[in-house]
Amino acid sequence: MSIVHQSLFELKELINKGEMTAVEVTETFLNRAQQLNPKVNAFISFNEKALEEAQRVDQRRQQGEDLGPLAGVPLAIKDLLCTEGLKTTAASKMLHNFIPPYSATVVERLQTAGAVVLGKANLDEFAMGSSNENSFFGPCKNPWSLEHVPGGSSGGSAAAVAASMAPASIGTDTGGSIRQPANFCGIVGVKPTYGRVSRYGIVAFASSLDQAGPMTKTVKDSALMLEVISGQDPHDSTTSSRRVPRWSEALSENLKGLKVGLPKEYFSDQISEDTRKAVENCIEIVKAQGAEVTEVSLPLVKYGIPIYYLIATSEASSNLARYDGVRFGHRSNFQEIPAKDLAEFYSRSRGEGFGSEVKRRIILGTYCLSSGYYDAYYKKASQVRRLLTEQFKKAFEACDVLLSPVTTHPAFRLGERVADPLQMYLNDIYTTATNLAGLPGMSVPAGFSQDGLPIGVQLSAAHFDEQTMFNVAYAIEQALNLTKRWPDVQQ
Amino acid sequence: MINEQDLEKVAVLARLSVSPEESQTYLKQMSAILDYFDQVSEVKTEGVDPLVTPTQIEEFWREDEVRETLEAEKALANAPEKVGHLFKVPPVV
Amino acid sequence: MSSSDWEAVIGLEIHAQLLTQSKMFSPDSTEFGSGDNSNTHPVSLGLPGALPVLNKKAVEYSIKTGLALNCKIRQNSIFARKNYFYPDLPKGYQISQYDQPLCEEGWVEYFLEGETKRVRIERAHMEEDAGKSLHRGEYTLINLNRAGVPLLEIVSGPDMRSAQEAAEYARTVRSILLYLGVCDGNLEEGSMRCDCNVSVRKKGADRLGTKVELKNINSFRFIEKAIEYEIQRQIDCLESGESIFQETRLYDSVKNKTFPMRSKEEAHDYRYFPDPDLLSVVVETAWLEEIKSSLPELPLAKAQRFVREYQIPEYDSSVLTQDKALANYFEQVAEACGNPKAASNWIMVELLRELNEAKKTVVESPIPSAHLAELIGLIDKKTISGKMAKTVFAEMWKTGRAPGEIVKEQALVQITDDSAIENLVNQVIAANLEQVEAYRAGKTKLFGFFVGQIMKASKGQASPEMVNKILTEKLKG
Repeated sequence: MSIVHQSLFELKELINKGEMTAVEVTETFLNRAQQLNPKVNAFISFNEKALEEAQRVDQRRQQGEDLGPLAGVPLAIKDLLCTEGLKTTAASKMLHNFIPPYSATVVERLQTAGAVVLGKANLDEFAMGSSNENSFFGPCKNPWSLEHVPGGSSGGSAAAVAASMAPASIGTDTGGSIRQPANFCGIVGVKPTYGRVSRYGIVAFASSLDQAGPMTKTVKDSALMLEVISGQDPHDSTTSSRRVPRWSEALSENLKGLKVGLPKEYFSDQISEDTRKAVENCIEIVKAQGAEVTEVSLPLVKYGIPIYYLIATSEASSNLARYDGVRFGHRSNFQEIPAKDLAEFYSRSRGEGFGSEVKRRIILGTYCLSSGYYDAYYKKASQVRRLLTEQFKKAFEACDVLLSPVTTHPAFRLGERVADPLQMYLNDIYTTATNLAGLPGMSVPAGFSQDGLPIGVQLSAAHFDEQTMFNVAYAIEQALNLTKRWPDVQQ
Repeated sequence: MINEQDLEKVAVLARLSVSPEESQTYLKQMSAILDYFDQVSEVKTEGVDPLVTPTQIEEFWREDEVRETLEAEKALANAPEKVGHLFKVPPVV
Repeated sequence: MSSSDWEAVIGLEIHAQLLTQSKMFSPDSTEFGSGDNSNTHPVSLGLPGALPVLNKKAVEYSIKTGLALNCKIRQNSIFARKNYFYPDLPKGYQISQYDQPLCEEGWVEYFLEGETKRVRIERAHMEEDAGKSLHRGEYTLINLNRAGVPLLEIVSGPDMRSAQEAAEYARTVRSILLYLGVCDGNLEEGSMRCDCNVSVRKKGADRLGTKVELKNINSFRFIEKAIEYEIQRQIDCLESGESIFQETRLYDSVKNKTFPMRSKEEAHDYRYFPDPDLLSVVVETAWLEEIKSSLPELPLAKAQRFVREYQIPEYDSSVLTQDKALANYFEQVAEACGNPKAASNWIMVELLRELNEAKKTVVESPIPSAHLAELIGLIDKKTISGKMAKTVFAEMWKTGRAPGEIVKEQALVQITDDSAIENLVNQVIAANLEQVEAYRAGKTKLFGFFVGQIMKASKGQASPEMVNKILTEKLKG
């Protein structure tokens, strides 16, 4: 078996035992990723210094230094996280040539733990999208079927792992952007509790919703990566000072005494047959592992999509105001056609630099915050958000983990939904509420459709209770044993 | 209901040039989206405090210490136009 | 209709730059006059992904100021984003406070023309400064060294009725800021900026007139002049049947005129909303109490104490307490010489005149408080006369030497011996019999002439008091 399909833990072992050097591992993935990228388009750029970084890890090992939990493992980083000296584009024309002078805290922590940055993964522009079709660098494809989308916005991060172009990756999740592509690509994807992981250095989409998280082949890999990137960051006021548990060491598939809640609003008749079967199978698994399954009700989640889009676009309209072509980023050619005033100086650069979905959301958000609409839209949504969050808190008094589908259907075809943004937004129907309430959530592989497309199951837990969520995911993973099945992208 | 004038006003506020064709598409799409969003008005929210940060996070502040200053060279490295160590933009008065 | 039928309504927005080492939300320096864009950080440049972390000192200084302005301190206040585009505003929004500011509902009092005036403080809120635009005609250059420097915006009620009141209010706020050591109050350098909202209305009217905001005023004198000009301009407009536009006008100190800022048609819509990158600012009661107990004695309290303890006039005490160092100087002189009234007079008249002429502060005075106290002692002991003391004072100012030394060296000792002075008086009377006749015939104005002659004969050393006494007797005949 080639090492490219191995888990992060397995690779770690190889490197630790000296069976392979970090350089060899990195080179293997770099070659494969560069070879497959024309087909999958999972990467926007590769790190020219990846091998140098790996070499440093090997040198440190030779000198007997403590190498950290990710020593020598190459990772794909969503191109939304700043990497010092390495182009960071947010998949936008606006930032197509932006080289940050600093790195995101998440990237720094991964590197401190010995990880090597392999390259920057494709995404929907500024993380706005559910299909990775809104990328200035072209759509990313689903490795299981190149006619299908990988999901989004962290489509490149998901596809890179599914296609074994990288053993693991980092994505970000504002309304489902880690879980939905993980679900479409048959991998594990975790959105941590809001405040677990620093947002510093991550191009902001919606500040009160964004969280970065791991996307991996196994639950244990995700648990380990999350341990590395979690914890208070002096550069991010919204990170929690809570202790970060060693989740990966405490995984247990024994679910005795655990209550798993099934939110009845998430089991609608819109769900495809394949998805329903896969999710029901997972329910049987958790029961078999000793968990008690109960139905819970979250009536307000039906407003999840509108509240989410009202809040996310409002925050985004302000977060994206800094892209004005003054200090960095795209500036229209004013030598050729001068701007007649300051307003045009901005409008033209921004109008040219942003793609159409980003513009649509900025306009929507600006409208929701503008005088006369603030109360009815932004404020109202923020009030319902509180009620919704309280409803979740109540639900977690009755159960420990919520289990549901991630999406109604497996991956859809490229181009299928681009024309209707509302239909595209409805993709996020089961994922947005988790972000609104700040809960930890994840997608873990649950099976395949009859067409051979992956299907995941969504789990979420109370604030800061990632461990319980990981345990249920681990039980499902161990029972299904799907981790040794991978797509054949070559054919 | 959002109309053409509203859209134009918002595009100016957001400093986004929007072509007439884009404007027509956006108008149609936004009307549908906002229609769909209007269901939120059904929820009773009187006296409910808006929620911004969803989790309980302990506040922390910085001590007043100078460090990590970026060199001017680095600060200007991505500038579309500059003069010396200053960013350059068209005239504004 | 005449000007006296109109009443001006003035409110001030004072932006005070807080004297922190680092910026409000990032660890780059606030130092003034560093190299172009050399005080920056991903946060103050508004780089993608940068996040604000609040400077504790900025909160402390803001609370201090709020307390000194008698404000209520909100123990849970919120940072909001004020969204607008301008090249020197890096993020496309300014982090400020909107509907839940840190300080609210305060007041300050100041003393003007024998009256104590009170101005309400509506609010004082924290916000970050923008960068600086340098207009070069063909293009504009942006320096972001100042971007993110902490400001406290102090908003007064529309409580002032004249330019003089407005300037006096601004001086009062400045002196409070300086007492607290939270702002250096330098209007020229822009570390304190005053925007004045001015409107006029008919006397007795309830409704406020349309207000005009005056900006770009960089001295107290100009605050007064700009407002005076603006009030008259508005009255002239209204009297000739025109109406006032709500607008921002800039003051040109050379032409002594205000003129409209080239304004956009588009109305502002700042789309304030709570900044999701920052949690609400929670001020614990214990910390608030700690800050409260660390407040120094403030100008008004000090002025009242000076009147009470030293029995000096209210006007004097209000001038002496405007500057903390001056107030300390006065107290040192008053305590050392035991004559507070004389101390106040010498400082108010002689010392302040010299300091103003030399554009020096009391800290730079060549006359230390001990020297001035010694000088007053010499007068009180009648070693020298008041007139001689002025000569000595001039010498002290010039050389920085102690008055005792100067007196000794120049043999400037007052003649207080009865017979010596009587001799001098007799000599002068004998030499001017004609004037004596005239005096006795009723031309009493000649008294001064005799005093002058006597002082001249004594080389200025005769005690004026004794000369008066003896001369009066002798002239009676």
